Amino acid sequence: MKMLIVDDSLIVRRKIEREINLADLTEIVTASDGEEAVEVFIKHKPELVTMDLTMPRMEGTECVKELAAIDPDAVILVISALADKATAIKAVKNGAYGFLCKPFTESDLNEALVKCIAFSKKLKGNK
Amino acid sequence: MITEKDIEVFIDGIKHYFTTATELNIVVETPYLITVNEISVNDYTGIIGISGERKGFVLVTASEYMLQDLVLSLGEPEASPNLIYDVIGELANTISGNARRFFGAGFMISVPLIVMGQPERIGSVRDTHGYVIPARWKSFSFQLVISLI
Repeated sequence: MKMLIVDDSLIVRRKIEREINLADLTEIVTASDGEEAVEVFIKHKPELVTMDLTMPRMEGTECVKELAAIDPDAVILVISALADKATAIKAVKNGAYGFLCKPFTESDLNEALVKCIAFSKKLKGNK
Repeated sequence: MITEKDIEVFIDGIKHYFTTATELNIVVETPYLITVNEISVNDYTGIIGISGERKGFVLVTASEYMLQDLVLSLGEPEASPNLIYDVIGELANTISGNARRFFGAGFMISVPLIVMGQPERIGSVRDTHGYVIPARWKSFSFQLVISLI
């Protein structure tokens, strides 16, 4: 399974990539803003995406909407410091599957991704 | 106008960041009021502009030594200049973003502006007030400054 990590922070992108302990993920690509994310998403067709929200060029909720329009089966996990409920609800309305608040631990990350992978497999199984 | 509750929100946020990200507690010292032009910054400063229902800024300023240690504590094998530059912005962003749990979605935050050394200007009005929240992580002192109306 391919995964795209979208975050404008280099240290966060590297942390997510380093702390993933899931055999299902075989290829990881990254992007540092929403516009780059759309380009990478079209090129690599990842099944799973982690998405920051506060980013330059194109912010995350808009990017979620664009990616969901390109491939509605892509499972998007928003990983953001924006901790209010309205932001999480907006992200889900735009097409995100779930929300993980920064800062997060390695186990928080892997637990959230396990749920995303299970959902992605369920989507594929239903086709 | 900054209230006691506002200060509490940011103290909780900064404690939460270090406890979760580094598994180490910080010590927060007594906050104090200053005017914005009195702000004294350290080697690196991450500044978040605030707009919407509140206006102003949140900044975190820390020494290069502390940020090197923080980068290593986050699991990096070495503290490159790029990562030191990045981590101060992410710290300011995370603390400001987490504050929306209390302030709500109308508390709009900018992407971080990162400054090395003394910035020419912080905020748009020089005689506005801010609260300095001094803190210590390991043996390092650092400061969170909030200026909101």
